[in-house]
Amino acid sequence: MSEPLSFELSRPGAEPPRLPAPGLSAAPSADVLPKEHLRVKPADLPRLSEAEIMRHYSRLASLNYSISEQFYPLGSCTMKYNPVANEAAAALPGFAGLHPYQDEETVQGALELMWRLERALCAVVGVDRVTLQPAAGAHGEWTALRMIQAYHHSRGDKRTEVLVPDSAHGTNPASAALSGFQVVEVRSGRDGRISLSDLESKLSPRVAALMLTNPNTLGLFEREILDVAEMVHATGAMLYYDGANLNAFMGVCRPGDMGFDAVHMNLHKTFTTPHGGGGPGAGPVGVKAELVPFLPHPTVEKADGHFKLDFRRPKSIGRVRSFYGNFGMLVRAYTYVLAMGGDGLTQASKDAVLSANYLRKQVDGVLEIPHHGPCMHEFVATAHNLASQGVRALDVAKGLLDRDFYAPTIYFPLVVPEAIMVEPTETESKATLDAFAEALKEIVQEAKTNPAALHQAPRNTPVGRLDEVGTARRITAYLTGQSEEPVLRWKRAGK
Amino acid sequence: MAERRYTKTHEWLTVDGKTATVGISEFAQSQLGDVVFLDLPSPGRKIARGESFGVIESVKAASDLYAPVAGTIAAVNDKLTSNPELVNSDPYGEGWILKLQMTGEAPADLMDEATYKKMAEGTSH
Amino acid sequence: MPYLVHSPQEREEMLAAIGVESMDDLLVDIPSSLRIHELKLPDGLSELDTMAEINALAGKNRVFADRLTFRGGGVYRRFIPTAVAAVTGKPEFYSAYTPYQPEASQGTLQAIFEFQTLIAELTGLDVANASLYDGATAVAEASMMARVHTGRDEVLVAGYLHPEYLEVLRAFGEGRGMKVRRGEEPTAKTAALVFQQPDFLGLLVDARGLTEKAHAAGALAIACVDPISLAILAPPGEYGADIAVGEGQQLGLAPSYGGPHVGFIACRKELVRRLPGRLIGSSFDSAGRRGFVLTLTAREQHIRREKATSNICTNHSLCALAASVYMTYMGEAGLRQVAETSFQRAHALAERLAKLPGWELAFPERQFLNEFPVIVPKPGPVLRKLARKGILGGLEVGRWFRELRGVVTFTCTEVNDPAAINQLLEVLTS
Repeated sequence: MSEPLSFELSRPGAEPPRLPAPGLSAAPSADVLPKEHLRVKPADLPRLSEAEIMRHYSRLASLNYSISEQFYPLGSCTMKYNPVANEAAAALPGFAGLHPYQDEETVQGALELMWRLERALCAVVGVDRVTLQPAAGAHGEWTALRMIQAYHHSRGDKRTEVLVPDSAHGTNPASAALSGFQVVEVRSGRDGRISLSDLESKLSPRVAALMLTNPNTLGLFEREILDVAEMVHATGAMLYYDGANLNAFMGVCRPGDMGFDAVHMNLHKTFTTPHGGGGPGAGPVGVKAELVPFLPHPTVEKADGHFKLDFRRPKSIGRVRSFYGNFGMLVRAYTYVLAMGGDGLTQASKDAVLSANYLRKQVDGVLEIPHHGPCMHEFVATAHNLASQGVRALDVAKGLLDRDFYAPTIYFPLVVPEAIMVEPTETESKATLDAFAEALKEIVQEAKTNPAALHQAPRNTPVGRLDEVGTARRITAYLTGQSEEPVLRWKRAGK
Repeated sequence: MAERRYTKTHEWLTVDGKTATVGISEFAQSQLGDVVFLDLPSPGRKIARGESFGVIESVKAASDLYAPVAGTIAAVNDKLTSNPELVNSDPYGEGWILKLQMTGEAPADLMDEATYKKMAEGTSH
Repeated sequence: MPYLVHSPQEREEMLAAIGVESMDDLLVDIPSSLRIHELKLPDGLSELDTMAEINALAGKNRVFADRLTFRGGGVYRRFIPTAVAAVTGKPEFYSAYTPYQPEASQGTLQAIFEFQTLIAELTGLDVANASLYDGATAVAEASMMARVHTGRDEVLVAGYLHPEYLEVLRAFGEGRGMKVRRGEEPTAKTAALVFQQPDFLGLLVDARGLTEKAHAAGALAIACVDPISLAILAPPGEYGADIAVGEGQQLGLAPSYGGPHVGFIACRKELVRRLPGRLIGSSFDSAGRRGFVLTLTAREQHIRREKATSNICTNHSLCALAASVYMTYMGEAGLRQVAETSFQRAHALAERLAKLPGWELAFPERQFLNEFPVIVPKPGPVLRKLARKGILGGLEVGRWFRELRGVVTFTCTEVNDPAAINQLLEVLTS
């Protein structure tokens, strides 16, 4: 099953679409503009009829797995069902049709929605204010670190280091480094939780913040979080919360109460805005009072029942995105918050934890689970006991694709060899979880009896395992001038 | 052939007079997997001991390369541009990475083969 | 609760299977002092009531008709073919995850590979990435590439770059040791000269001259371009710019109060390894079937961690898909027609506005495409009067640039039909 590229389907003779003519007397651009401004070689774009376009993309759609059809047990990604009402809400002309530079009086509903969503997020994570501007989780992380940096600077305190646990998401060290911080790694203890003694040894007046997610990436709640917070705050550093794992405890506890000073959230995880095949998302950041002056501008304020954008924030870190963030995603998230309510969000987290523990129980013994005790909303297993058969976590993942499940997160966190990280979420039924556990059993069985077959997996997908090494090497050949084939784009033959 | 010695960061070094040849170890190439690209400096550049002089990339990992000794880069293995897989297939031979004109003596604290092997085994899972 | 799946009985069965008595037994690791017992939020609503609330909020906004919108400033009303939403509304696209498992993501991967090709063709450069958040962050990421590539710290911004792009560039630069300055004279400290074509006011700049200036100083030239303009205007590749970036909202995306939209970035092949974000390449499986994969991932944050050149781990896939459908629907001829119709209508409008008493073109000697600055006597009352008549008039740019007080930019595209233009003039002359 494969689909040609739109460029390969293109028929140069096909009529262009019918579009409005100018209808006014004015000279054409070619007569008005100096020649040096004009394009010489027309862009080589495909030309297809609408019918051909619709078929092309429908066929492409059929090559995808998606949450609308498959279970995604992706650890740390919170792949919940995406309610269709969210999509209808964002498409309302009253939202989709708004120009970002309309006058405030004409966008009161949009500002009110942002104001209300901010209040709801404050209630969920226990902070004083939230910026909705960052476009994604990593963007939010970086925004939070810039605020922390600005806070320290405002006190004449030039702190240069950020502490990141060895089990953290890769974006944490990247975001810290891009804010100009040196990254210092903190080790996990034997039970997968942060080592207090290692933390102690790395805390100093140079440290600006500790970046932590709780539950950690092993799905375990950091029981000593209050001690961690006290240690961090005692040195004048701030505690940053990576909100990738927020789905574990809405209505059960709050990062703000644990001592976190800045909290980023992924609306595309916890608040059901769709992943879109890799974005757009939204990564709001919540902060405690001492960081509020540094929020990106503009903020949304309410006075006498009127909503306004506040640009007069002298200590603000400025703008991290044009306009007001991914507004359409904010509409979707708020629609979800309204539908779920406080009671629904609380139940969602409890069900997520219940599902994870249930599935963990089913998987325990099939795969080894390196850490004991109940997990929160996700758990980490390891495939390292299959190594003797030459079977790796990657093979298990590919075997699942053949059984119509998306793959779990593999090789993460880095602290567990051959890690398989599973997060079922609250929107998957017990029957689905049972079927998934059954599929894993089958795969482990196959690993023992016929490992070669697993190395060939997946076989039921549109393509088999692709030669990623070959692709990377062909790109190098192109970039170093040894080949004409660009690999990263289509190119007309003979051009 | 001069004796091959190793760094903690998995580079190897052989010395011939004032010229040192540098590459990465068999263990390092096996951990990286199929090498697809090396980002290397131009000859003439001076580097300090322990300084990062380049990056080696496989499809699943990227790793900095550190100078085992201070010196001026005398030559870079051009073959690696079109055949980065030489690092995998022949890390101690055709997969050498660069030659350095050393500014001083080779440091005495580099590991010999046996010590390095022991260290490498300890770090692998 | 509509989106939860377990029944009370199933919850009991699952607890029993786990071997615990109650939900609280699973939450034992959370210190009791941290436990809360409810969220301070109202209870959930039915879909009917949810949508009633949402509709009420939407109803508090005023939506101006497309044809009566003459305001641009980075976000434009364009005709959006119905095919765009018909494709992006497919759950196989919008509810798919990031394509880390290529065998299960060929639809998304191929669509984005086509997007990369479309953008590379349009900009006349070798390679484009899988998209970025928006035009503003695209400018910032391109500047970061130049900084790493040249080893120089300063980024020079020529002329009228979108003021919000400049602000984002400044915010990115701080903390990364990148100095941002306005000016047109690059020196040996300059990593890149950034310019916008057409600029924030809609005026054409000497892109070729600026590019040559950058290169003469050993700096890179970064062109921030309007994708639709490239059907008519020389693309960055033709005048030798090193990196092209821009905002893709005009390629089939609704204004949506500023987002989500899509940033794009393309460059010469010498710079490909410095490109931030995702890249998709063609590949083959063992049976020789062509497929597409995320490639050169070792550049990215999940592998390079603190050594990555960008912390971006998202693109705006779904928006890039919309842009691909739009460009494929239009083809080169369609895109040119859209650009040409906009050009001619804007020029007809400019001529008529300049004849109004007290009105004049702010830069009569400068060329423009479909957006242009006009000096308007008492712009505030004029714009309010237009709004009362259902017309979203031009944008007052003095809000960002003191020297441009009293200047209003008007924009005109294929959606502003001749009757709409007449209507605008009638209100202004009444």
